[in-house]
Amino acid sequence: MKVKRSFYHYLTIGAVLLYLIVPLLGTLIYSFSTQWHKTILPEGLTFQWYKELFGDSVFLKAMGRSLILSFGATVLSLVIMVPTIFSIVMYAPRLEKFIQSLIVMTYAMPGVIIAVGLIRAYSNSGISMVVVTVGAYFVGILPYMYQGTRNSLRNIHAVSLMEAAEILGAGQFTAFMKVILPNIMTGILVSSLLSFSILFGEFVLVNLLIGGSFETIQVFLYKKLNVSGHIASAIVVCYFILICILSVVIVKVTRSKKGTV
Amino acid sequence: MKRINGMLLSSLLPFLLMVVLFLFVPLIFMIYGGFQADGRTGFSLNQYAEVFRNAYYHQAFKNSILISFLSSLIAILFAIFATYSLTLFSSNIQNRVLIFANLTSNFAGIPLAFAFIVLLGNSGLFTLLFKHIGWELLSSFNVYSWSGLVLIYIYFQLPLAVMLLYPVYQGIQSQWKEAASLLGASPLQFWLRIGVPVILPSIAGTFSILFANAMGAYASAYALTGSTYNLLTIRIGALTTGDIFAKPELGSAIAVLLGITLVTAMLINEWLTRKVRRDLS
Repeated sequence: MKVKRSFYHYLTIGAVLLYLIVPLLGTLIYSFSTQWHKTILPEGLTFQWYKELFGDSVFLKAMGRSLILSFGATVLSLVIMVPTIFSIVMYAPRLEKFIQSLIVMTYAMPGVIIAVGLIRAYSNSGISMVVVTVGAYFVGILPYMYQGTRNSLRNIHAVSLMEAAEILGAGQFTAFMKVILPNIMTGILVSSLLSFSILFGEFVLVNLLIGGSFETIQVFLYKKLNVSGHIASAIVVCYFILICILSVVIVKVTRSKKGTV
Repeated sequence: MKRINGMLLSSLLPFLLMVVLFLFVPLIFMIYGGFQADGRTGFSLNQYAEVFRNAYYHQAFKNSILISFLSSLIAILFAIFATYSLTLFSSNIQNRVLIFANLTSNFAGIPLAFAFIVLLGNSGLFTLLFKHIGWELLSSFNVYSWSGLVLIYIYFQLPLAVMLLYPVYQGIQSQWKEAASLLGASPLQFWLRIGVPVILPSIAGTFSILFANAMGAYASAYALTGSTYNLLTIRIGALTTGDIFAKPELGSAIAVLLGITLVTAMLINEWLTRKVRRDLS
């Protein structure tokens, strides 16, 4: 059935999309413009800011630190969370309520709140605050990793798969590694990418817990805001392109998964 | 049975260790800190007394609640109409818009604040444009102020509202509309008597999520004005890590109060969601 769409429906969606696109476009143009202080349109276009940015070793180092921090926390979460959720689903379904209440707790404790507690608990304990940040990230991405793993296990009917594998003589661990894991790979890949992109944009914890001593890309951007608007906008554009790439991969992986089922 | 417990234990132990170390321990330290006097000494209710006495913190509460309420309200109003319109388009377009919403929902914090500075800052794109056209009122708009912050908050609330409301409209089945129109109801009557009552609890639930999301936001306001803007999260950050005026015990007390606000918003959402399910079953 073809529904007649009035102009009104284009208007409502258009207004929302416009509001979301304009700041992105503005930043994009600004990052390519030579001078833009008095005229309506930029006085000229240039690649200068990108050249400067990628020639800056401080930027590259900050990028590296961000990658290590987000990647490290995501891998740690994969290694610990996936077997945990699996075991709970298989052998202790009653514990799912416990995980769900943990998730509600993480929603009720956003970056600022948990940072207060972490500083009080660990700032004088001798533990490196970088390690503490990774731990806080682990807790922060818990909801996404739980949802992804839980849904994947449900989709492949993990309980009957495990029964079949064990009847055929596979040990518990072997069955998990060789039967379950390959089947839920795409699902946990999607939640890992999602977690990674969230952590890559994280500023609150990194700023409050480690701040100046471990400069990530977000802290670098914050410092550049008052120094050079053009460079800052080039960083924002690079950052946005990275989230775009991650999102495209997530969508592609999700689609191909649907195709095979 | 022993082997089963083996796998469960060996995976649960590291998980529990992480959760205890990085969720429970900081939570306990924060709650405990709020009941200490300045300089980690003794037990006292002074910090809470200070929060309730000092007009400066009253204002922080008022500002945070006001901006969260206002930005959630505006975002949800736009999202209610736009998301409904979206459900009338082809599934291909629906998917694309949702992917775009998901993408922009990741565009928050420092990068977002900067994008608005580029548009509306002292020599921002629109500022220059309005000056050129001669709209004095608009060209004097200050992004570093309350109204600038509201625009930024709306930006990160809007995609979230669209993504949360989209499945709600999926729940309204076209059969209901057909049945209603066969029985002689006009579209307006359908929405007033059936559509709105069905989705209202979900809208209220979404609103409470948006509200909590805005109450906990920190980075955008921090990027715009550093520690000067008087919001709860900014105060907590400044009290906890500030160089000169650090009062971590007071910061803990405010953080506890903010946490209680967020838990309340979450519980309201859960209660409303359960109400919907009971109504429909």
